[in-house]
Amino acid sequence: MRKYVPKDNVQGKSYYTDRYWVAPRVPRMEVEAGSHFADAVKALGKLVKESYIEIGQLVVHIDPTQNVEVMRILKETCGYTQCSEQSAVDYLAQDGEFELFYQLLNITEAKRVRVHCRIKKGEAIESTTPLFKSSNFAEREMFDMFGIKVNNHPFLKRILMPDDWEGHPLLKTYPMIGDEFASWYEVDKIFGKEYRDVIGPENRDPSRIDRYDTKRFSRVGYEVPFDADISSGEKEQAIEYSETVLVDYTTSSKQLDERR
Amino acid sequence: MAQHQVNYASAAGLPIALTSVDKLVNWGRSNSLWPLTYGLACCAIEMMASGASRYDFDRMGTIFRASPRQADVMILAGTLSKKHSEFARRLYDQMTEPKWVISMGSCANTGGMFNTYATVQGVDRIIPVDIYLPGCAPRPETLQYALMMLQKKIRRESANMNNNTKNNLRLV
Repeated sequence: MRKYVPKDNVQGKSYYTDRYWVAPRVPRMEVEAGSHFADAVKALGKLVKESYIEIGQLVVHIDPTQNVEVMRILKETCGYTQCSEQSAVDYLAQDGEFELFYQLLNITEAKRVRVHCRIKKGEAIESTTPLFKSSNFAEREMFDMFGIKVNNHPFLKRILMPDDWEGHPLLKTYPMIGDEFASWYEVDKIFGKEYRDVIGPENRDPSRIDRYDTKRFSRVGYEVPFDADISSGEKEQAIEYSETVLVDYTTSSKQLDERR
Repeated sequence: MAQHQVNYASAAGLPIALTSVDKLVNWGRSNSLWPLTYGLACCAIEMMASGASRYDFDRMGTIFRASPRQADVMILAGTLSKKHSEFARRLYDQMTEPKWVISMGSCANTGGMFNTYATVQGVDRIIPVDIYLPGCAPRPETLQYALMMLQKKIRRESANMNNNTKNNLRLV
């Protein structure tokens, strides 16, 4: 029997990693009392499960069911009027959960807050589109890439991939070069499934050379006519060099005259 | 140099030049190749540079057209994503015969560095290609050379397009 390979994370990994490398952790600091961030945490009150400062940014962990409430307080009370980014991270293999994050910006104070929440696979999240216009596209992208449903979204539709696409490409279970549906997508769509045999599978090897292809590949020293059949072997041809290439034009003009 | 002399023996003593229909038609076709303005990615920048005054495609009779109905050549300049492949094929189908295709750059040839789920791994999977132009991105000189190679190819072909076989026989 073939050995089982776990398919939790089939995306591309680096070829070499140092086994003694320990990724440095970003230090997490307490929220200083009396600071702008302390006011924000105070305004949120019991909605905050955990809060700390990371690289000068406030990070807040909340319950996924209270995301709109938290975002409304941050926007209306604390002045975080921009949602610059919002997406998810796939931790399904590790914890069976998605981590959703909202990156908010307060322009007047030049401060940023990141709101984290975790949802289980198959759970939906409430849309924050009524608060932030940018959430519209960000949530569509999140739906497209992870398959996370967003409740009460005005137009929840794929944004990057085609509408008839199957699968959610940013999931760790989605292979980097695509699944079977992805690899035949354009053929199925344009010509139909029965044309798969005619066109053949994708060539994912960039250095592949067809030994007998005389249309696309030259064979130095073994030149053959264009599109000749060489399955039975080709004859060696002497390589001819031009004799006039090495004429020294700089020192003597005499040779030039002779050529004329 | 070609000698432009009238061969009186073949022309029955008359001061006329004789040629074949193939040569005449191909002379016209090869010297007025009108490509479709169709840039997909960064190769399009080089394609635009080729069309602009410094490299000047116009002097070769190559004038970019904004409609596939008026175009002879499709220069696929850049990465073709799977989402867009349908439309690329439709534009190709909308071009009138005879038509030729130049696949410009690594991405169009093979998918290039985009060995991913969303990129067509070579436009010859959906469109029959005449000239594969390597480079990332190819310089304007290279595109000019590709066009000259295409002209050579056209001059070699028969005026009746039904007699010409494409390299890429999988697609029509």
